[in-house]
Amino acid sequence: MTAAALSHLTSSVSELRELSVRTRRLILETVHTAGAGHIGGPLSVTDILVNLYFNRLHIDPDAPRAADRDRCILSKGHSSIALYTVLALRGYLRVEELATFDAIDSRLQGHPDMTALPGLDMSTGSLGQGLSPGLGMALGARLGDRDFRTWVILGDGEIQEGQIWEAAFVAGRYRLNNLTAILDYNRLPQFGWPDSSGFTRDIPIGDPGAIFAAFGWNIVETDGHDHEALTNAFDRAEQHTQGPTIVIAHTIKGKGVSFMENDFNWHATPPNSDQLALAVAELQGSLT
Amino acid sequence: MRGVFPHLATDARSLGVREAWGEHLVTLANKYPELVVLDGDLANSTRADIFAAAHPGRFLEMGIAEQNMLGVAAGLATTGYVPWISTFAAFVAKRALDQIRVVIAQPSLNVKMCGAYSGILTSKTGKTHQSVQDIAIFRAMPHVVTIVPADAIELRAAMTAMMEDDRPTYLRVTRDASPVIFDSGYTFEFGKALLLRQGSDVGIVSTGVQTTRALDAAALLEEQGVSASVLHAPTLKPLDTEAICELAAATGAIVTAEDHSIIGGLGSAVAETLSEHIPTRMKRVGWQDTYGESGPNDSLLEKYGLTARHVSEAVLDLLAETTGARGNRR
Repeated sequence: MTAAALSHLTSSVSELRELSVRTRRLILETVHTAGAGHIGGPLSVTDILVNLYFNRLHIDPDAPRAADRDRCILSKGHSSIALYTVLALRGYLRVEELATFDAIDSRLQGHPDMTALPGLDMSTGSLGQGLSPGLGMALGARLGDRDFRTWVILGDGEIQEGQIWEAAFVAGRYRLNNLTAILDYNRLPQFGWPDSSGFTRDIPIGDPGAIFAAFGWNIVETDGHDHEALTNAFDRAEQHTQGPTIVIAHTIKGKGVSFMENDFNWHATPPNSDQLALAVAELQGSLT
Repeated sequence: MRGVFPHLATDARSLGVREAWGEHLVTLANKYPELVVLDGDLANSTRADIFAAAHPGRFLEMGIAEQNMLGVAAGLATTGYVPWISTFAAFVAKRALDQIRVVIAQPSLNVKMCGAYSGILTSKTGKTHQSVQDIAIFRAMPHVVTIVPADAIELRAAMTAMMEDDRPTYLRVTRDASPVIFDSGYTFEFGKALLLRQGSDVGIVSTGVQTTRALDAAALLEEQGVSASVLHAPTLKPLDTEAICELAAATGAIVTAEDHSIIGGLGSAVAETLSEHIPTRMKRVGWQDTYGESGPNDSLLEKYGLTARHVSEAVLDLLAETTGARGNRR
């Protein structure tokens, strides 16, 4: 890996894969220690965050508020532990501090608090709110003739909020090609919807790309766990000049731990010691 | 007891408030390149159109989508801009309330939230567009400064002060022209209430456009042998509790006057202050716990109990209850 102030790291696919495993392991250990926290969503969004922070964003952990840094907003704020873990591995905080997650006086609040931890570009947690501030940052870059980019990570559940579509309309209207949204499209919300067959926990909004496209967005589909594909998708987002891009990242809730994958019961359930050991063994095994 | 505020107008005239708002944004923008305006498709009502004509590159139309607009403002604020919001008070305080709470108030981002067409005088638009809970909402919102000017002069002075301050702020703006109370030497101070008239029998505490009617009430009372102080509180948060307690100590009877619900507004704030520090009998003149309707200003003020006469009657009732004195009215 190579680094310089306000430049992006360049990491190989194997380095990124290893970082993803480290991140997932730390997420599981931290939530186990805290006895609370989300699991399924953080494991789902891990590769997206690792790829951004270790291969894309122009940032400097030693200057977390640098004016021309790239911005990254985790709109699905309940996956905060994934972001904190990636920030720790990237050097914004010590890995040991992850143990304070959710504790009183911690900088690592249940949902990201930009006033607590440098490196957080926006406070989130009330769902559906992250895209609008990202739009504001992208507008700020354009008004000031600055070349930083803004990335906003959305959950597929939170796009049920109307504010997302208000922002989609306005970003399209302003043709903000310095704004990229990434949809963590794991198709599993917290609870779900009743339907004719009784009940479904499938994605509430089918084909979100078509709706974003109707508002003038560029649509890029990708595997959200394949680092080569993610890198390629983010390249295509940056190369698009006619407006904002949404990367529809097809993901798996609970990714990386077989007994957690695609099971809504792991939305926010801390693993016990036995489950943690099984999960860690499986993650480590995936690298060989 | 403090003296009467020195910068009072000596001539009787009215000035447009929303026009002053739009024009002063232009003046401020000439000095502050970071000032931008976000509009919710109401610029020709709020008079942000004056700004749009002068600084088209810094006028950002956000359409009829207030939640997004307030979120965009938060994002802009993190990049060094100072966004001013152009929409109606009824919408900014309620339509985008959670956005204000999470991305503006909690992180203390420097967004100037202006609520036009505030209170009940909204040009015959009725209960959907009248805004009588906004002060209550922002008083309960940590970090948000809340300003309710009495006239165009004070509005301009407050806007100037807001650009020199980096706190999120809610500024109430009225639709119609109103009598000018202050002279051009007025400099706005956050959290300072101003004694506009000195009297000994009762203290009237007022805010916003009701300060004009509080002064009129004091004149009516003088004709009836009652000497009233008028203390104008343009900042509802932080409130000048010291001035309010001084007034209560000097007069022993307090009446509040506001174009807002008496629940959570100035009346509540004064009652909270007095009951903790200097328990004093008081009455609250303002919007009772109800919804309004469309109608001309005079009819609305009369029907819903907000005229100068209503203020003076509240004073006389209070004095009758506390001292048995009622002047020579009856």
